[in-house]
This record gives sequence, structure tokens and C-alpha cells, in this order.
Amino acid sequence: MNMVETSGLTKRYGHTPAVDTLDLTVQRGEVYGFLGPNGAGKTTTLRMLLGLVRPTSGSVLLNGRSPTDPGSLKGVGALIEGPAFYPYISGRRNLEILARHAGRNRKAVSHALELVRLAERADERYDRYSLGMKQRLGLAAALLKDPELLVLDEPTNGLDPAGMAEIRNLVAALKVRGVTVLLSSHILAEVQQMCDRVGVMSDGVLKAEASVAELRGAGAVEIAAHPLDRAVSVARALVPEGVSVDGTTIRLNVHRGEAAEINAALVRAGVEVHALSWREPELEEVFLELTGGVGRDV
Amino acid sequence: MSDIRAELAKLLRRPASWLLLGVAVTLGLLFNYVVPYLGYAGGVGAMPTSERGLRNALPENLVGNSVAGSPVFVGALALVLGVLAVGSEYAWSTWKTVLSQGTSRVRLYVAKVVAVVTATLVTTLCIFGTGAAAAMSIATAEDMPVDWPAPSELVVGVAGGWLVTSMWATFGVLLAVLLRSVALPVGLGLVWVLAVQNLVATLAAPLIDWVADLQRYLPGPNAGSLVASLGAGADTPGVAEIVEGGQAALVVGGYTALFVVLGGWMLVRRDIM
Repeated sequence: MNMVETSGLTKRYGHTPAVDTLDLTVQRGEVYGFLGPNGAGKTTTLRMLLGLVRPTSGSVLLNGRSPTDPGSLKGVGALIEGPAFYPYISGRRNLEILARHAGRNRKAVSHALELVRLAERADERYDRYSLGMKQRLGLAAALLKDPELLVLDEPTNGLDPAGMAEIRNLVAALKVRGVTVLLSSHILAEVQQMCDRVGVMSDGVLKAEASVAELRGAGAVEIAAHPLDRAVSVARALVPEGVSVDGTTIRLNVHRGEAAEINAALVRAGVEVHALSWREPELEEVFLELTGGVGRDV
Repeated sequence: MSDIRAELAKLLRRPASWLLLGVAVTLGLLFNYVVPYLGYAGGVGAMPTSERGLRNALPENLVGNSVAGSPVFVGALALVLGVLAVGSEYAWSTWKTVLSQGTSRVRLYVAKVVAVVTATLVTTLCIFGTGAAAAMSIATAEDMPVDWPAPSELVVGVAGGWLVTSMWATFGVLLAVLLRSVALPVGLGLVWVLAVQNLVATLAAPLIDWVADLQRYLPGPNAGSLVASLGAGADTPGVAEIVEGGQAALVVGGYTALFVVLGGWMLVRRDIM
């Protein structure tokens, strides 16, 4: 059974679809990266997963149960759209209150604070915390229930590079323990490092759902050769559907193993091959292509 | 129970809760005991008036004095408490944090209402307790008789004061859910409690028959009637025996239930943004 499964999930505000017939699956034990530009519908989707927002149509199953079923969030921890706590009490008191709602004890509070390295500052008032400390407390709240599924919306927001690395290590450690993690992030390199699979969302629609390797996988052999027109003719004879020319670079959408054969064919045809390389696109390029964005805040 | 304990902890640890309690108790003491006593001891008022004021401040009038403020100023403070308890969850975006812990909206809402009406009970008891101490001090200082109300009168008085303050507190809860904020519900709620119902009673009701009839079913006039039947002085703002005490208690109880159910229904149905 998948840990998260949505089917035709849709949320409309008036006539505007925020999320449009979303079919998303997060497999048990994986780290799933949820990518998309601002306003793509990621947070609305995460809110629907937790039962905070009701879908207009479609369904959500968390571990086989609807999020509105009593007790269905028992094994789910979440940090949605930034940390939110009671400002007039300490971080520890905040977690103790949440622990009462979650049916957990003080030991769970101390453990969660230690996991996010906030134990030393836990007795200070929340409204005196820095942005990074607030984010850590949000993560601690998400970890209170020792969850099977962790939903994290931009978990490294506000953290310094060391803090971001800690979160990456924490996610990796949780994965080893079998925790399923669904995280949205605007840092593509981070997603590339942490996630097994990625869902790319744009304008409320899931544009792609695949492993990072699969998404990046459509590599190409790039060739610089002279004369260019003869090289292109040879290439098109070899790969009729997969040749494109970008300036003086010929790009062939073939498997990596075919590079030597292509090189030999070009040489046999009297083409001077100046450079031949294998190139895989960065996740960012794939992302921008899928979302139709260029240099947009993601 | 753990949800209720969590909600009580939020109220207990919030400085604003204690400020509201302090203001309610201080105003009650000031207008029920301090001002009448000062008027008697060294004031410029005519002697019969100041003597009447002193007699009203004695232990025998503890119930009437302690519930007199609940239709207006204690009620207004209770409304603010109700708004703060629920509206702050919107203002601080903490609904999502709490609901993500797995408790249901209904359980959370019930826990909030229980915490708020517990706070109004504590407020009512504090007003009675401090009033008793003040009345006893005045009676002792002036060598006047110390005649306490019967225990049954005290119980009914506390219940009446609690019911009225709970009605206004749950009105605050409803407004907070309806408007999903703090400032607007506090503002509109206070305009209703302090201004509109007063204007209806003093301006519109004497001129228009159907408004006078309507008053019999409005929350404010019924709250005023209930506390009047318990002995609150008719010269207190918002206190007038328009209907008899039993009906008033039923109407005030009915409004409390209506506010609680409406607020819960809206919270359960709407998205948490």
C-alpha cells in the first residue's frame, strides 16, 4: 500500500483550480520531493493531505485512510507553510501543549527538541526565537509523534547552511529508520540530494512524477564537428528522429553507449570531430522546461 | 481530557487571560464597594443616598452585586476572552499546527469551549469571592450586621452570573470563527454589547412596539432580566427586569447553546488556511 495516494484530487476557488485532478503517489519508505513555482498548488495539496482543506473533488488516502477519519493522522507529522506557535510561551511549553493534543508525554517533547538541536534554548519564549529556531521548533513539532510519514513544506527555510545540512542529515537518518518523507523545497540541489522521487507541479497540475535519475535521464551526446552540415547529415542518417542543432553543437538523443559508434561513423564520412561528450540535464533545467518558467522563483 | 488540559494550559499561561480577570474583579470591587463606601465615608452626596449605597455594599447583597456587571462590562470582558481563545488561532496560524497533531476539529472545539466556560466560572467565583471579602470588610469597619445570603441563593447566583458571562464568551467564540481574526470580532462584539443593545433598550424600545417585544428575545435584555431577578440593582447599566427570571435563564442558555453549535458547525465545515 502506498503511504500517500491521491486520485483526481481537485481544489477550486470559484472557477480557478488551485489543484487540478492530481494523481500523486508516495511510496512507503521513500523521500519524495514536491517541486513547483509559487502558486503551483503545492501547499494547497499538502493541506488537503492533512485534512485542513477539503477537496472540491477527488480523494486522498494516507496509509489507506482518509485524513478526515478519526486517528488517521496518528502516524503523520507535518510542518506546513512555516512554523506557527503560541508566542507568549516557550518552545518547550508549546511542544508540551501539542504533545497533550497528540497524546504524547514530556519525554517525547525532550526527544524531539534534541533531534532538532533546540534543547538548550527550549525554555526561551517563542517570540524571541530567530527564524531558524522557529523552523527547528516546527520540525520538532512534526517529529513529536515519531511519525511514519513526515510532511515538510520548505523545511530548510530560514536555516543557515549548517542548519540546512543538519536537516538533510536528519531526513537521511529518518529514511534509514523507514520513515516516509514528503517534502516541498525550492532548492533543487537539495531535492536532488535528498529525494528518491520527485513530483513537479505547475498551475495546479502534476507535470511529471519520476525518480530524479529518470527526470534527468534523457541525456544526449553533444558533438562539435567540421563541416557542420555534413556532420548533421551523418547524424540524421544514424538517428532520424533525435538530432537537434544548437549553434555549432549537434545534440543526439541516444543512449550513452552509442557515442563511440557515432564517432566512428562521422570519422568514416570524413568529418573532423573536435569534441564529443555525454551530457545530462540538471534537475533545474528539467524543472524549468516542465513548468515553463525561466529564472522563476521555485 | 488531554485536549481540554491543553486548552486550559493555553489560557492559564496567557497574560491576557489574567489581565481580563484582574480588570473584571477590579471594576466589580470599584463600583460595588469602593465607590459606595467612599461616598458614605467622606463623599459630598446627600446622606440618604450615600447610606443606601453603603447598605447595598453589605454582605446581604453579595449575590446582586456580584452578578450586576455580567450583562455589560464583565460580559464584554468575557466576550474578549472568547475571541482571544479562538481568534488567536487564526491570527497566529496555529490551527494547522494543532490539527496536524491528529486531534479532530470537533474535539478541539469542544475543548476550547470547555476551557472558555471554565474561565468564566473562575471569573464569576473570583468576583463573588473578592466581593465577599470587600463586603465583610465594610460591614466590620462600619459595625454593620453581617448577614450572608443563604447557600442556595449563592449557588443560584453563581450559576446565573456564570451563565450570562458564558453567553457573552461563546458569542466571542462564534464571532472569532465567523470572522477568522481577533480585532474585528472584538470591535464588533463590543459595539453590540456596549452600544447597540443599550440603544435598543433606551432609544428604540420606548418608541417602537415591535422593538419592545423583540427585546424579550434578545440576549442582552434577557441577561439583564436574569441578573435583576437575582438581586442586581436596577440602576446598573444593562439591568432591567423585562422578563421573569426563569424565562431569562432559558433564553440566555438557549443563546449560549446556539452560539456554541453555530461556531462549531462553521469551524468543522470551513477550510483552515
